[in-house]
Amino acid sequence: MGYEPVLLARVGKRDSLSLEGYRRDGGYTTLARVLKEMTGEQVTDQVKNSGLRGRGGAGFPTGLKWTFLPKGHPGPIYLCVNVDESEPCTFNNRVLVEQDPHQVLEGIILACYAFKATTAYFYIRYEYGTGMRNMQKAINEAYAAGLLGKNILGSSYSLDVFVHRGAGAYICGEETGLIESLEGKRAWPRIKPPFPAIEGAFRKPTIVNNPETLANVVHIMKNGIDWFKSIGVPPDPKNPRDMGSYGPKLYCISGHVNKPGLVELPLGVTVRELVDKHAGGVWKGKKAKGCIPGGNSMGLMTEKEFDTPMDFNGPGRVGCLGLGTGAVTVFDEDTSIVDVLHNLCRFFQHESCGQCTPCREGTGWMFKIMDRLKAGRGRKEDLAVLEEVADKIGIMPGTTICGLADGAGWPVKTAIRKYRAEFEQYLRSGQASKAKALPLAAAH
Amino acid sequence: MNPANTHSHPAENGKPACSSGPLPAKLREQIIALLPRYPNKQAVTLPALHLVQDELRRVPLWAIREIAGILDLSPAEVHDTMSFYGFFRTDENPLGKTRLWVCRSLACQLRGGDELLAEFCDKLGVAPTQTTADGKITLEFAECIGACEGAPAVMVDDTHRHSLDKPEKVDALIKELRAR
Repeated sequence: MGYEPVLLARVGKRDSLSLEGYRRDGGYTTLARVLKEMTGEQVTDQVKNSGLRGRGGAGFPTGLKWTFLPKGHPGPIYLCVNVDESEPCTFNNRVLVEQDPHQVLEGIILACYAFKATTAYFYIRYEYGTGMRNMQKAINEAYAAGLLGKNILGSSYSLDVFVHRGAGAYICGEETGLIESLEGKRAWPRIKPPFPAIEGAFRKPTIVNNPETLANVVHIMKNGIDWFKSIGVPPDPKNPRDMGSYGPKLYCISGHVNKPGLVELPLGVTVRELVDKHAGGVWKGKKAKGCIPGGNSMGLMTEKEFDTPMDFNGPGRVGCLGLGTGAVTVFDEDTSIVDVLHNLCRFFQHESCGQCTPCREGTGWMFKIMDRLKAGRGRKEDLAVLEEVADKIGIMPGTTICGLADGAGWPVKTAIRKYRAEFEQYLRSGQASKAKALPLAAAH
Repeated sequence: MNPANTHSHPAENGKPACSSGPLPAKLREQIIALLPRYPNKQAVTLPALHLVQDELRRVPLWAIREIAGILDLSPAEVHDTMSFYGFFRTDENPLGKTRLWVCRSLACQLRGGDELLAEFCDKLGVAPTQTTADGKITLEFAECIGACEGAPAVMVDDTHRHSLDKPEKVDALIKELRAR
């Protein structure tokens, strides 16, 4: 294949955490050059023209989002780094932040310089304690070395970066949920518009970016647009709205594989290649039944669909919601689809923030139905009810404020459509799932 | 609301820890030191709740009132935020010395996460959300903790422990946490 990782190049190496180690590997020379030779607008243009799309799940063009900030705004302007990373099966940001914090930090400073942010809040989920401590150390080192604070590296640009810890809520990964949480309130997402670029944190223009996206910014500024566009998948010439899938992606592989782990590859690698070539294949000599591509919210993919490329267009062609986080979780031929869907429905029911009735009630009912199905008490109308609920909750049907509900419905829709026979088998036979009811652990 | 909150936290040695406030001076200073980071005081709510719970293993009502005082908020506003996150404990169910969370999301379930939770319940003699009788370990389940490459995984407070896939590893972890 011949692709040389850049995002993970320093992960696992000796001294990957310290400023000294980062500088020894050439770190912050890009920042120094950009501060000296480029304006913020030029940085924004370069990122925009590179075709970088956000790595958090929505794939929105990063540079374009930066241009939505009001021109000539007196400030303050904020960057929120979204390290809430709570989409199940996803851990690439954890690895980046834990094991190469200065790479992420350089990306933060470059981005903030590009759109004149005055303060960056590093919103990190509570569960990433090690990552938080490693990043805080990196921030302290940066302040001491004049890479943060007033007049960075002798330039006229100043920036503060503060770490802010979450408290175990998936909805804080939604950009406006994150902002509400940062502001000290219940993490109830906001109706958009206004979008955060216009009115975000503390009612000021705010950009919310993902750590992997920001790490890419470093390499785009270092190696240039042509390099970035040489990696990944160019736009389909027949589709004028296709923005392409450029650049490297971190793919988390987990579940029933021999070697779960994290791998960096150009966008567009297929699920089959990820599983067979990079994760040691399906475990225990078994065959795969399917996978969750891109985190819970993207739905299910059958084994027959494993030749789907994992770029921004591929998963949609087989009925998944999108690329999502790009994380692939494989389940083998002996796995009960009812168990898988029960787990996903339980997750969304637990994590619904409760603000919108269709989501709050809908995720609740989908979980209740799956509970009965798993226990062997499914009813013949259950599948129709599940599909109806899943179709009606979300931003796309226009019934909720945020996309959690769409993510909650997608696995239900795809599981029933793609594995209908197995569900019907449960309903016909009244069988319970093979997983034993576990004593004492039943408190859901 | 009982202003004279007489519940005490059953810490080790039977001595109540901080049963009625005020917050220790150092804790107050740490909260106040965060104020300049944000353009308004309410943003310090979550950091303040974390500081208090890390120290006291719960956020008592009197602490909510004191945080509200520092942040120019009403106690109801602080409680509103706090109650959204199931993370924070009250006097009625404080955390033990260590919080042990077992991931129950898909990648871990596929590799034995549910069985792992049941094993901890059996060996510790508690149901999820309960604390062992010696006050040492609070067992909880967690939604994806982001350690999927090491499934089944758990968290000890805010640090990951990967690959708890053998009973010996479970026993070793329990032994370690009991010794704290």
